[in-house]
Amino acid sequence: MDGTQVAFYLLAGLAVATSVLVVTGRNPVASLLFLVLSFFCLAGLFVTLEAHFLAAIQILVYAGAILVLFLFVIMLLNLGQGEPGLGLPSVPVLALSALSGLAFVALLVFTVREADIAPITPARIEAVDLAGQATVGSTEAIGTALFRDFLLPFEVTSLLLLVAMVGAVVLAKRER
Amino acid sequence: MVPLSHYLALSAVLFTIGVLGVLTRRNAILVFLSIEIMLNAVNLSLVALTRATGNLDGQVTVFFVITVAAAEAAVGLAIVVAMFRRRETVDIGRFDVLRG
Repeated sequence: MDGTQVAFYLLAGLAVATSVLVVTGRNPVASLLFLVLSFFCLAGLFVTLEAHFLAAIQILVYAGAILVLFLFVIMLLNLGQGEPGLGLPSVPVLALSALSGLAFVALLVFTVREADIAPITPARIEAVDLAGQATVGSTEAIGTALFRDFLLPFEVTSLLLLVAMVGAVVLAKRER
Repeated sequence: MVPLSHYLALSAVLFTIGVLGVLTRRNAILVFLSIEIMLNAVNLSLVALTRATGNLDGQVTVFFVITVAAAEAAVGLAIVVAMFRRRETVDIGRFDVLRG
């Protein structure tokens, strides 16, 4: 096993374990902190996939901003004292979860079958690098794609964030 | 080199954990956290497929997913705060003001 494989299985195991703890935990603050850990594992997995920019964004935006927002709300509403125990999920719930998991797997299998996926070899990566293109996953490559091919969605996203901001302020404002 | 299928399998496992959380938890905050797990599972499969195909569109999609997740969290948490003011609880079973 080389370093990437060791990192993958370590991070994958940790990500699954922390995600299970998020779902089963009784204390919302503990669940949230386990989710932060899970997101760090996913950022590590992004690094093993050479998506360095997204790994940084994952930590800065997801773990740093979005989850801190959750933490603020949990503390604002004083929900940190836990809740009554969670029993084993019922059979219909387990069946539904298994069904949606299988649907997700079917979707992935279909995608992989339809897409023309050639295995990445070191030679192919070297060929791309020699051609003078930015490495896939670098900030430069993502920035070029965002501002050239995805300019309109990018601008629409800024509008979405503005709407979400105004909506959040209006919804959370105390009624007079 | 880890095969693509392992990444996709991990993604499916995480997605199922998220679905289980959404279906079992009564606390609105924990339902949101489970949704975040599901979003991240999908992000992982998109990044893995980007790596396998060499097509950057997957990573750009992940960028948009993260943005939409931020918007969703802001609005969703504002709704939870507003409902908590009204009901003094975050139990989703008691959020029934829209029921006719």
